[in-house]
Amino acid sequence: MTSLTLVRRIRARPSIVFEALITPEGIGQWWGPDAGPVLLAEVDARIGGRFRVRFRMLDGTEHESGGEILEIVEAKRLVMSWQWTSGGESEENGEVSRIEIDLKRIDSGTELSFTHARLRTEASRASHERGWAGALDKLVRRFETEHSA
Amino acid sequence: MVNYKEHRLDRTFGALLDGTRRAILAHLERKESATVSELAEPFAIKLPAVMKHLDVLHEAGLITRSKTGRVVTVRLRPEPMREAMTWLRRYERFWSKNLDRLAAYAERKEAEARNGRR
Repeated sequence: MTSLTLVRRIRARPSIVFEALITPEGIGQWWGPDAGPVLLAEVDARIGGRFRVRFRMLDGTEHESGGEILEIVEAKRLVMSWQWTSGGESEENGEVSRIEIDLKRIDSGTELSFTHARLRTEASRASHERGWAGALDKLVRRFETEHSA
Repeated sequence: MVNYKEHRLDRTFGALLDGTRRAILAHLERKESATVSELAEPFAIKLPAVMKHLDVLHEAGLITRSKTGRVVTVRLRPEPMREAMTWLRRYERFWSKNLDRLAAYAERKEAEARNGRR
């Protein structure tokens, strides 16, 4: 159930973009919508691993979000569940959504496609039980690849 | 309450996934109201198929239907869409700025990596 997709062409190789996405050092350099600082970045970069990011905006407000990594393919793909844990929009507190990031090598560097989708309630519950939603996705993709081969 | 709202948004997005349904909504946005046969006209599908799409839109609260004699008039009900758009717009701004910053950082790292190799 795709809701919002943004595509960016970045003049950097996929491995560099991926590192910026997944390492606390990388995240600390760019996370947040303005020049306010990242206060905390924790990432357990494996399927089922949690991440947590806290940042302060220039207006002084602090926001924290976190989630669980559902899929991770080095320099290619990252899928995670995502929610505001504090400082989010009040009507969205506790709502779990899904973020999918795909990196594609292009001549000028990397094409990054970013999708923020709402998880259905059942799907989010299931993915929290051991992230099998991600595993299932992978299985389906493998099946499709085998099928088309 | 929260669950109810979440469910409603899911239905809105679900209804919007289909191209024919989006086209029907776009038509209603331009025209204010239309009959079912007027709505069916631009599509190469049969009336029952159009009725099914209208059912989905109705369940998502995106349209209202009123019957006068044998003619069913359909109108757009924009509230659920507005709610979905608010969500989308808010996140579009948030992530757009985030991704700009990510891109700038990665490009800096790329330049560093290239200079380091020389």
